[in-house]
Amino acid sequence: MIPLIEDEVVNKKQWVSKDEMLDLIAIAQSCPGVFAINIATFIGYRLKKTRGAIATTIGTALPSFLIILAIAIFFAAFKENRVIAAMFRGIRPAVVALIAVPTFRMGQRAKIGWTNCWIPIFSALAIWALGVSPIYIILIAGLCGYLYGMYIKPTES
Amino acid sequence: MIFLDLFITFFKIGVFGFGGGYGMLSLIQNETVERAHWLSTAEFTDIVAISQMTPGPIGINSATYCGYTAIHNAGYGHMMAILGSATATFALVLPSLILMILISRMFMKYMNTRPVRSIFAGLRPAVVGLLAAATLLLCNPENFSTPKENPWQFWISCTLFVATAFGTGYLRINPIRMICYAAFAGLLLLY
Repeated sequence: MIPLIEDEVVNKKQWVSKDEMLDLIAIAQSCPGVFAINIATFIGYRLKKTRGAIATTIGTALPSFLIILAIAIFFAAFKENRVIAAMFRGIRPAVVALIAVPTFRMGQRAKIGWTNCWIPIFSALAIWALGVSPIYIILIAGLCGYLYGMYIKPTES
Repeated sequence: MIFLDLFITFFKIGVFGFGGGYGMLSLIQNETVERAHWLSTAEFTDIVAISQMTPGPIGINSATYCGYTAIHNAGYGHMMAILGSATATFALVLPSLILMILISRMFMKYMNTRPVRSIFAGLRPAVVGLLAAATLLLCNPENFSTPKENPWQFWISCTLFVATAFGTGYLRINPIRMICYAAFAGLLLLY
């Protein structure tokens, strides 16, 4: 999705410069929420303040909303269909694999190694085995990151 | 009041949904499947499948779909269900909108300071854990059946899991194509 947004906003419309766009992408990716919405809000605000932000946000969310709504209505009617049900029995295990693979890719990108692999393992087990809400994991991780970066190992400038 | 509950739930997901679409999955699952019981694990997996096959962010897709299905499963009609998906989607988007406007207005200069960077650095490895948890929670009898209950479906499911992991992870086969293969296999073997 990023190349598509970049092409439209930087090359075609020239709403923001390439460097500015890289900064916005970095911030939008680290912030919570849907990435496409975050970046759309940034660009909308840059152009026309709050009104612009609302407009770009609606513009980004609406197509997905309408497509999924159509599918949801369609799917509610056809879920009991034997052919559809059989297809989804095959699809479900495949989808689990489709989110297992990015787990490892994300791990590589987050530079998970032998010294810090306990963090994702502990978080995953707390959620899976103990039923801890992911919200608490996020709050604890953010707090620990803050304490670690500020008081223990202030390396990154 | 299910509409208010939907709004609060997806607002929470919007506030704490770090790590992009995948990072959000375990949060969405925890809130909609484990806590609110709006969806079964199988239905949640179906939503992820549909999100993989359609363009658009997975977060918006799940909010729209969950909103619709939750209201529909609660016994309301189509119009109310559409209102439900609008509520959930709006609630998910609202925190992003507010936060990004606030950052644009006054916090842009703080985004690259050490405290903020430290917080984000702490979140990164945890988000990997969140995605791992989502994967583990989906490995359940609803998606795979059990060797006791239906050994045939269980072993076919495991094979499809391994094949898809290998196909997309090593052979770099397009995920949508892999889903189509799995659907065909399901039709042929699990009818």
